[in-house]
Amino acid sequence: MKLWIAFWNILLKDMRTYYLKPPNISWGLVFPLAWTGMFFIKSGSGLGSIPAVLPGVVAVSILFGTTSMLAVTVTFEKKNRSFERLLLAPLPLEVLMLAKTSGAILFGAANAFVPVAMAAFLVDLSQVAWGVFVPAVFLIAVVSTFLGLTIAVAVSEVFEAQTFSNFFRFPMIFLCGLFFPIDKLPVFLKPLSYALPLTYGADVLHGAVHGGHVLPFSTDLAVLGAFCIGLFMLSLWNIKKRWIL
Amino acid sequence: MGPAKKINNAAIEVRGLAKRFGEVQAVAGVDFKVLPGELFGFLGPNGSGKTTTINMLTGLARPDAGAIRIEGIDCIKTPRATQHLIGVVPDESNLYPELTGFDNLCFCAALYGMGKTERRARARELLEAFDLAEAADRRFAGYSKGMKRKLTIAAGIIHSPKILFLDEPTTGIDVASARQSRQRVAKLHENGTTIFLTTHYIEEAERLCDRIAFIVSGRIVQIDTIANLVQPVREKHVVHISCSNGFRDMLGGLTEAFPRLTFVTPEQGVVRVEADGPIHVGPLVRFLEDQGIEVFEARKIKPSLEDVFIKITGLAAEVMRKEKEKRGGGR
Repeated sequence: MKLWIAFWNILLKDMRTYYLKPPNISWGLVFPLAWTGMFFIKSGSGLGSIPAVLPGVVAVSILFGTTSMLAVTVTFEKKNRSFERLLLAPLPLEVLMLAKTSGAILFGAANAFVPVAMAAFLVDLSQVAWGVFVPAVFLIAVVSTFLGLTIAVAVSEVFEAQTFSNFFRFPMIFLCGLFFPIDKLPVFLKPLSYALPLTYGADVLHGAVHGGHVLPFSTDLAVLGAFCIGLFMLSLWNIKKRWIL
Repeated sequence: MGPAKKINNAAIEVRGLAKRFGEVQAVAGVDFKVLPGELFGFLGPNGSGKTTTINMLTGLARPDAGAIRIEGIDCIKTPRATQHLIGVVPDESNLYPELTGFDNLCFCAALYGMGKTERRARARELLEAFDLAEAADRRFAGYSKGMKRKLTIAAGIIHSPKILFLDEPTTGIDVASARQSRQRVAKLHENGTTIFLTTHYIEEAERLCDRIAFIVSGRIVQIDTIANLVQPVREKHVVHISCSNGFRDMLGGLTEAFPRLTFVTPEQGVVRVEADGPIHVGPLVRFLEDQGIEVFEARKIKPSLEDVFIKITGLAAEVMRKEKEKRGGGR
């Protein structure tokens, strides 16, 4: 059995079918761009604020892009029963879910470079440590996708997936150090910040763009990796428990 | 997927299969064997456990108890080890509404690892076979019910499975599409595919199946060949009398006046009369008319599998079929 044929075709179908669905455009593209504009205007310090704002905008773009995509590719297909067709295929569940999530990971990663491309026209990005920035983008895309998968599997309607996602997404914007430093948060919120995967991703991005990271890159990337594995395993467990009744 | 050992020669073997959903015992200790190349019918009223059984056999549901072997492979220990051997046509179409008919089939073929050239050729072959070639480039969402059903069957056999599970393949589709689907099923059977068929249409099962299992309230009540199942009722003499309402009150009087005959009311406006010997219709009609009941028609019925079904399940198959059609559209 040539698993790669199935893997590639699931990925390709999702990309062709779902990339331009309304939830992806509104939540995955328009919303992060609106946030970029809002923070840029709010900072009031003109182009000089871009390096400080960019990591947060990149992280938000990835987070919203990936989680929106999963609500469509997984929850929608479960709702209309076409996901059953995938469950009936001779594929290990791990391969199947990696194929289903790869489209979202690529979508999230591509989303990340929309604000980067815009910033490149306005400021000099030659100081950015791309060797750290790119792996961080990839890992944030993976961890956000698996967070989205965990949510998508736990609900049965697309609107529920979007609503439930917002329950996590919006607090993460404020708690993960995307735009506000964690050390400025109230003491009782700090432990919560460090329990969220995006905190580590944002830390790497800040370090890569303007050198303002708190933890060593290796720690950040290792914790992100651990979150990726943990959330993926949790999703698989949930699929077996909830969908294979 | 790990290798699994073959230990017997039944295509499907099920022992003590059980599944409960909350308070409802959907399947309660089901046992049966399906032989290689056999077309096995699984008949029962709504909610009798047919789809739950199929879901357990195909890995979409986890049994609470029991054993399933497909081609000798233990499906409880290795639930996904037989997926390459089986094809499934669910009771509702589950293809992708955004994709065309052709792309849907190609995608399904790709799930089984078929290469591009092979899957395109196979998709074209099946579209041709199911008279869907002209609609190949139309989106699945725009297909009619009959076309959707046919494409779903085509998707189920795209990888030429050894065993095919068909869950109500002709429910809710027009007569021509149903006939075409039945012909296709018969052809697959001729070619040696093992087929597990659930249907509400008794005549369909009678026409297609080698053996039939009747399932009622999650339990199998009878399994046999069509000939053996029908044998006891074949010797019966049966007359259906269509008449105005009110005859239900007459059943006691009828039984008293004609003790040799048995009377049942399979549906509104019909009295079914059964006897071991010939039935004289004249006295019966006169009796009913004397009681003020208008008789429209009396006709002899050749006992069929439907009679066995009614007897076994205690339900009127015709009533069930109509209920089902109301839900699924006209046939």
